[in-house]
Amino acid sequence: MTALPLILTVFVACAVEAIEALTIVLAAGLTREWRSTFQGMAAALLVLAAIVAALGPTITLLPLTALRLVVGALLAIFGLQWLRKAILRATGYKSLHDEASAYLREVAAAKAASTSSRGRVHDWYAFTLAFKGVLLEGLEVVFIVITFGANQGNVGAAAIGAAVAVAVVAVTGIAVRAPLAKVPENAMKFAVGIMLTSFGIFWGAEGAGVSWPGQDAALLVLVPVVALVALCYTVLLRRPRAAPSASVPASEEVSSS
Amino acid sequence: MRRLRSIGAFWYDFVVGDDWRVAVVVVAALALTAVLVHAAGVNAWWLLPVFVFAALGWSLRRAISGR
Repeated sequence: MTALPLILTVFVACAVEAIEALTIVLAAGLTREWRSTFQGMAAALLVLAAIVAALGPTITLLPLTALRLVVGALLAIFGLQWLRKAILRATGYKSLHDEASAYLREVAAAKAASTSSRGRVHDWYAFTLAFKGVLLEGLEVVFIVITFGANQGNVGAAAIGAAVAVAVVAVTGIAVRAPLAKVPENAMKFAVGIMLTSFGIFWGAEGAGVSWPGQDAALLVLVPVVALVALCYTVLLRRPRAAPSASVPASEEVSSS
Repeated sequence: MRRLRSIGAFWYDFVVGDDWRVAVVVVAALALTAVLVHAAGVNAWWLLPVFVFAALGWSLRRAISGR
């Protein structure tokens, strides 16, 4: 497989995560103060770098078959989680992820919180908000980069896809100084769920000892099939507009990622 | 101990998410695939996709029915 599909998949997945992190960072920086926000961001990036430094070399030491089995299983489970949420959103059983409203919620909470300083951090609330936001969204980026990169034996290409995505989102965010609400985030999440699930199935089965018909070319069939199945579920389960009271557990209704 | 538990809960939520049954089905399907390939000599490339699609449908149905 060439590096292009790998880079594109990682780029889209990481762009989605970067958009969510940007919303939180903007809410912290614009409502509280930028210095503590940047400190929180920097601390989170350090933790992420330490995780990559520890996990990256370790995971590439695994034999390829074991790596594909473990990573394939994780990606399939992780991808199905994304796909399930995306389908529930597309069918109307879960509210669409909306960066503008997520931003307003964060801003309201940030305005209501009191200011306290700890050590060199002047505003602890801004620090922790930025730290958590960047760390949590960044962990997903790290997970995708390491799993995709290690499986393809090309962590560098995966890292390039992620770095470009983060840079594009950061530059756009700085230019706009507002959450990127016009990005078709829900459609992107649907696409990422399809890609993660497809690669998870492909690598997991290979790790279990399967030889795919057509080798790597099987992905060219598997990805559209996963997309088709997801779209069929979306059409079949689409919520009737006249019946707004179908019940999804409250814990799922409020989840934002 | 509490910190360890919260770290475990975080990683569980991060990877497995809302429906643990999906994870169980994926792992069971992979185990069955490995058995078919290595013990029975069947190149069961079709098995994991079938189980994955079934698990997704089952999980969606459960979510929508609110159970």
